[in-house]
Amino acid sequence: MAHALADDQSGLASPPRREPVLEIRDLSVEYVLESGIVGAVDAVSFDVAPGEFLAIVGESGCGKSTLLFGISQLLNPPAEISGGSVQFHGRNLVQLTERELAAVRWKDMSVVMQSAMNALNPVQSVGAQLKDAMRAHGMTSKSEILQRSVEVLSMVGIDPVHLKSYPHQLSGGMRQRSMIAMAMLFTPELIIMDEPTSALDVVAQRSLMAQIKDLQREYHFAVIFVTHDMSLVRHFSDRLMVMYAGQVSEVGPTQQLFDHPHHPYTAGLMDAFPSIRGPRVQLTGIPGSPPNLARPPSGCRFSPRCPKVMARCETDPPPDYQVEGTSVRCFLYDVTGGSQ
Amino acid sequence: MTDSEPLLRVDRMSRHFKIGNALSRSTLHAVDEVSFTVGEREIVAIAGESGSGKSTVARVLAKIYKPTSGEVYFQGKPLSAIRSRAEKLRYSGLAPMVFQDPFASINPVFRVSHGVMRALKLHRPELSGDQRFTEAVRVFDAVGLNPGAEVLQRYPHELSGGQRQRVGFAQALAMRPKLILADEPVSMLDVSIRIGLLNVMAKLRDEERVSILYITHDLASARYVADRLIVMYAGHLVETGPAEDVLSKPQHPYTQLLLSAVPDPRAELNVSAETDRGEPPKVINPVPGCRFRFRCPLAIAECHHQTPQLLELSPGHDAACFVAQSGAEVKAF
Repeated sequence: MAHALADDQSGLASPPRREPVLEIRDLSVEYVLESGIVGAVDAVSFDVAPGEFLAIVGESGCGKSTLLFGISQLLNPPAEISGGSVQFHGRNLVQLTERELAAVRWKDMSVVMQSAMNALNPVQSVGAQLKDAMRAHGMTSKSEILQRSVEVLSMVGIDPVHLKSYPHQLSGGMRQRSMIAMAMLFTPELIIMDEPTSALDVVAQRSLMAQIKDLQREYHFAVIFVTHDMSLVRHFSDRLMVMYAGQVSEVGPTQQLFDHPHHPYTAGLMDAFPSIRGPRVQLTGIPGSPPNLARPPSGCRFSPRCPKVMARCETDPPPDYQVEGTSVRCFLYDVTGGSQ
Repeated sequence: MTDSEPLLRVDRMSRHFKIGNALSRSTLHAVDEVSFTVGEREIVAIAGESGSGKSTVARVLAKIYKPTSGEVYFQGKPLSAIRSRAEKLRYSGLAPMVFQDPFASINPVFRVSHGVMRALKLHRPELSGDQRFTEAVRVFDAVGLNPGAEVLQRYPHELSGGQRQRVGFAQALAMRPKLILADEPVSMLDVSIRIGLLNVMAKLRDEERVSILYITHDLASARYVADRLIVMYAGHLVETGPAEDVLSKPQHPYTQLLLSAVPDPRAELNVSAETDRGEPPKVINPVPGCRFRFRCPLAIAECHHQTPQLLELSPGHDAACFVAQSGAEVKAF
């Protein structure tokens, strides 16, 4: 069934044939601690095409948020980029100075953080914070600023009277929407979102997802959306990237990953959700817990929890195999059977 | 369930909070006139969005809040009659609480054995030191912390979130409870390990004969583990019945809305822009009327003047909705 090809270096699952907005190559991030070095992100490579919705899923501690911070150059010590490049607009963001980055931020690329309550300034009104971002990018005309503020708030369905509201006066859903409004100020090409819905109730969550998708359809920006809840992105993302212990386990078109998960970890994640419809079945989840990245297991990092583990998994780290349009880091798809 | 008196009976219980300053006194109705029961060896889920009053119910049951009106009966005895320290201790051992945040609910400076051993000493003073340790190992093994004797010696920071939450259940179990009050016990955990904990809850019911009141906003997990389901909206109980029945034939428009919002990877989704953007109201100085009427596409005149009461629509399945009670088919979302 699997038509496995040799690893083609890029580790990519047939990206659309357009110039990507973002090209990430072998990006590694380490936390340099007194107790040793923790490799939170290990040589991750992928592309994001214009207007694409890429979802990154994984458990807590798999490095997905660290990866986002690495891409947006927002890492703080003890975390640092130990290798690799982030090409955005033909420039390697890793090598830019803070001043050069400031010009890119908000304008070409913006980030929506997990907790809007902490990301918004509690002592400034929403309008003042929007103004701040626009001023920083050289917009000075008061009427222009007001006009754009009203525009972006309406885009996300917030009444412009809330320009005068402070974050604590808004509900969780509205705070998260106003963060997205801020990210939309300059209609950037790429918006990075770190679990923007995790603090919301299901109803607010679904409405926010639908909103993001609508905006994306209209303004054609690319989205990198990080979440631990795979079911959430099932109907919204074009491509899905599954991360485990700092590495990419599997990446491919979302529909395909859901229909035929290849990596045992992806399959395990799929079986971890109770369904709201259909028969009630006993689920097991994935036994064990993610490894301590200060001492990652040798060989495949998922091998201690893997139901299909083989002898070589415990010693050799698997490369990426191309299977049916997805890229899988698992020896199960090695057609040579490990004879080389 | 016994025929006479259920394990827990909540009878028209309300909890209000005074808010505002001296100039503007108002009353927030967190829970209004809620009645339900929990039987022996039964998992009952209370589902609702933030602000629905579900955690307030749990806190009243844990005797953190006193009800403003109404009464709660545990094993037939009213909670308001529990006054002495010994009685309170006995009750909190019979109905312990497991909290939402496994990172904040265990003391980080002690080994995890500390909490369990203390609970045993306090609630089961008849045990000797050796017996306490044997019992601690037993409850740790029962919640899947194997080998119990070894895990007991660890510090909280050495455990994952899922393991810590199991410690929470082990601590509760050590007191030989009849009812565990679990307030969003899995919502802080990763999706991939939630299921393990839900299985622990089912095991406690089946093997340790414990009832669980499972407070959650996740209907899919409620369906997975609960026998009966209670849906709350803005302090009112809007629908209750056997979990499977409520979820396959929801009668209240709000239950239908909640159900339609659950992400289900196995279902096809019509990603329509027409989604509900409303939010549950804060219920301050309310007037009579259905509290869902402003978001409800089916609202009729009656909904604006009268508060609908729970009525049984099919065996054991009640809903508080005038439209459903009129016999019309409810299909709001």
